[in-house]
Amino acid sequence: MSTQPLTSQALNPQGINPQLPNSEERFYAPFRGPFDPCPPILCKTYVVPPQLFLGFQPPNLPQFSLPEALRFGTLWPALFSPYSPQNRGGN
Amino acid sequence: MWIYEKKLQYPVRVGKCDVRMAKYLIEQYGGADGELAAALRYMNQRYSIPDKIIGLLTDISTEELAHLEMIATMVYKLTKDATVEQLKEAGLGAHYANHDSALYYENAGGVPWTAAYIQAKGDPIADLYEDIAAEEKARATYQWLINMTDDVDLMDSLKFLREREVVHSQRFREAVEILKEDREYKRVF
Ligand SMILES: [Fe+2]
Repeated sequence: MSTQPLTSQALNPQGINPQLPNSEERFYAPFRGPFDPCPPILCKTYVVPPQLFLGFQPPNLPQFSLPEALRFGTLWPALFSPYSPQNRGGN
Repeated sequence: MWIYEKKLQYPVRVGKCDVRMAKYLIEQYGGADGELAAALRYMNQRYSIPDKIIGLLTDISTEELAHLEMIATMVYKLTKDATVEQLKEAGLGAHYANHDSALYYENAGGVPWTAAYIQAKGDPIADLYEDIAAEEKARATYQWLINMTDDVDLMDSLKFLREREVVHSQRFREAVEILKEDREYKRVF
């Protein structure tokens, strides 16, 4: 007996993962039909990396040390987007 | 012209003999959103874009070639010692029939690369928006590739490549902002 579909709005108004406060991860709950043949993936995630929000990069931002920058792939903490493997369906 | 440095942009170490991963990595070699498509797209668009943007396209297209070389290294390491049996098990039987274990510009499904993947519209805004989309699609591909491997060494190189897509996307977005600005008005920081 499904009542109301679980939406990302119901989980969290911003769709922001409450476990990871500064996370770039967003999630939503896909529609679940009453006759879906497979076990549902209740929660789907996607990433919103920092370049979506930066606009023109402001001057004089903090920089990583050079060894850090070489390792991370960017000189700028403001553009650093760590990514760790996600399970389809997540948690 | 270009000057070649005989080293990779970032070290590539493959820690696990997972031949199947080679088949998936090929997506970033010769796929629609792969590094070859990126490099050739930007290198070609340079000629019909405002002067201020040419250098950016040159720099990024050059870097994409360095990424192409990293992907090639990964695929090569994973396939060079594979037996025919291993290649068949990894879904690379058809590839072997056509190429032995040579690399080829094709996507993960074996479809050869085509120039139809890339556009040069001649309209700077249309071209730059395509470039931003290309970077986001490459970023997503790297995410799915990272999700598909448990080889931490390989993952490390893939994370570096993914971060570069983030930076490229940012620079293309700034290029759009530059073009939106008033004609010859000089921006002073
Ligand atoms: Fe890129």
